[in-house]
Amino acid sequence: MNRSASATRAASAAAPGRPHRGRRPSPGLLVAVLVTLALVVTSLFVGVYDLGAAGGGEMFLITRLPRTLALVLAGSAMAVSGLVLQQLTQNRFVEPTTSGTSEWAALGLLLSVVLLPTAGIATRMVLASVAAFAGTMVFMAILRRVQVRSTLVVPVVGIMLGAVVSAVTTLLAISTNYLQLLGTWFLGSFTSVVRGQYEVLWVVAAVCAAIFVLSDRLTVAGLGRDVATNLGLGYERVVLLGTALVSVASGVTTVVVGFLPFLGLIVPNVVSMLRGDDLRSNLPWVCVGGVALVTACDIVGRVVRMPFEVPVAMILGVVGAAAFVALVLRVQRRG
Amino acid sequence: MVELTSTPRRVRPATAPARVERPWRAVVRSYGFRLGVVLAVALAAAAGILTYGNPAAPGSSGFWVIVGSRLASVGTILVVAFCQGVATVVFHAVTNNRILTPSILGFDALYRVVQTGLVFLFGAGSLAATDGLPKIALQSLLMVGFASLLYGWLFTGTRANLHLLLLVGVVLGMGFGALSTFMQRLLTPSEFDILSARLFGNISASDASYLPWGALVCVVVGVVLWRRRHVLDVVSLGRETATSLGVRHQREVMLALFLVAVLVSVSTSLVGPMTFFGFVVAMLTYQVVGTSRHTRTLPMVVAVAVATLLLAYFVLRHVFYAAGLVSVIIELGGGLVFLVYLLRKGLR
Repeated sequence: MNRSASATRAASAAAPGRPHRGRRPSPGLLVAVLVTLALVVTSLFVGVYDLGAAGGGEMFLITRLPRTLALVLAGSAMAVSGLVLQQLTQNRFVEPTTSGTSEWAALGLLLSVVLLPTAGIATRMVLASVAAFAGTMVFMAILRRVQVRSTLVVPVVGIMLGAVVSAVTTLLAISTNYLQLLGTWFLGSFTSVVRGQYEVLWVVAAVCAAIFVLSDRLTVAGLGRDVATNLGLGYERVVLLGTALVSVASGVTTVVVGFLPFLGLIVPNVVSMLRGDDLRSNLPWVCVGGVALVTACDIVGRVVRMPFEVPVAMILGVVGAAAFVALVLRVQRRG
Repeated sequence: MVELTSTPRRVRPATAPARVERPWRAVVRSYGFRLGVVLAVALAAAAGILTYGNPAAPGSSGFWVIVGSRLASVGTILVVAFCQGVATVVFHAVTNNRILTPSILGFDALYRVVQTGLVFLFGAGSLAATDGLPKIALQSLLMVGFASLLYGWLFTGTRANLHLLLLVGVVLGMGFGALSTFMQRLLTPSEFDILSARLFGNISASDASYLPWGALVCVVVGVVLWRRRHVLDVVSLGRETATSLGVRHQREVMLALFLVAVLVSVSTSLVGPMTFFGFVVAMLTYQVVGTSRHTRTLPMVVAVAVATLLLAYFVLRHVFYAAGLVSVIIELGGGLVFLVYLLRKGLR
């Protein structure tokens, strides 16, 4: 637990003049937004189909625009989810894929396909989100029982829980002949995102907005149950609400896009390394960072093997694992 | 910290009066008895796999053909169980900890990365041109060298914090998995076919032509480890103790990690990754044996691993007709046991 240490860092960083607390966005944020915008625009114009050819405008509206919008929505949602989960569990290494949340969402999705073959995408989303919520609560309940709650045990528990849940999912998929589909569904990829397929992702925009509104309460909840209760916060309610928001975000993202590993981990950690731990002023940064990272990875995935695509999840997996290990070692060195 | 909590537990069997007072004959007899029981289970399961539900009449030529083809599965199971069981116990000794297994730390994911990387860099054509033992040996050597370097760095540095190792290992494993899938995406379909024949086996469909080489490696590694079993006992006491007892700890650890990497690569190339099997088998073994001396644990872990895997295979394949599920179910059960263990005992 170096939460207190970093809180002090945050305080000292924020104290002189409190530059990022004002109404005006800081110049740094503006630059970040501009860079991200450049990436997003690039993403609009990268692809095999030549937009100058006949029907280019039509293709732009059918595939390019939806895909880029999906990148923006999913990227910011997963990054913000990671930030919220890290606050709620008071652990820097928790995010939807290291807490099992995404795996539970996948199980919910598969269950909805097996039990309700004719259900629409809205039903699937609801089921996936409900499963993600239940699973995250299981994770939190387990965390309360763990005897050694060191910073590093928490993600291990989450990852193992995720492994067990995905074994159940695999078992179910094998016995219902969905195994082949399983791979393509949950492999985080924006390839299949076209007009008419991505619109449900706008739900996560609502989730992000809700998190912005709740940000101060989540910050207080991140101080722990005792402190939060002393400060007059309905701790349990905020935790439930936060978990529910994260579950909806990862449920919806899993249904539409699949797993986006490590996204919620790298972005919030890098942001808080650079800026300290003030959740509210970090939120825009985390949103922007998530969008930038996922868009960059997607562009790389599209360009590296034209005319084929490498799913964004693989690139994120490699980049993320390297970043994660670097982070862990760095935290460790600091003591 | 690690040494402080775990060393007294390891030493106790040798010094606790209750154990010493028992006549050693009785101890040996009971150990032999338990080993016998486990082996009997293994034999029964093997016999079941070979003969149960055989459509041809017993004794006819068709009967023996089927037995012969099933014999390959049994052989694969023997080799894989040996590799996983022994690798895990040796790994426990080296890392001075009982919840780690090579697979949890991504050893087999590393194997896949190396295999995929070779095809990726040099193309399947150049690999096929040099097919045979030299290539297998080269690939394994590369893998083993890499694993020894990486995990040697993790385990022998001054940063020997267990939680850190576990987390770094798990995440590295995930990263290796993503990296090899990434490279596989970039391969041409024909290269991918050649590669996947090597990477994605399962017990029923494993390539029997590798089996003799795998068995040979197992025998060699087994002999080496058996000769060093007492050194392993000392190594498992931790670095300070082992060094003060005159063991060159660093060298022994590197050697053991090297052998573990060899075993894991054999097992993975035969049936693919099995994350929790080694963990479950080793836990069972410690329960049955009640000491951590490798003279006892090494034979027992082989017996337990063989019996477990044969039994699981027999039940799933011939009773439930679900051969493809063997490793998934082991993953599931093993993962649950691992979680429960983690929650009850914490990391020690």
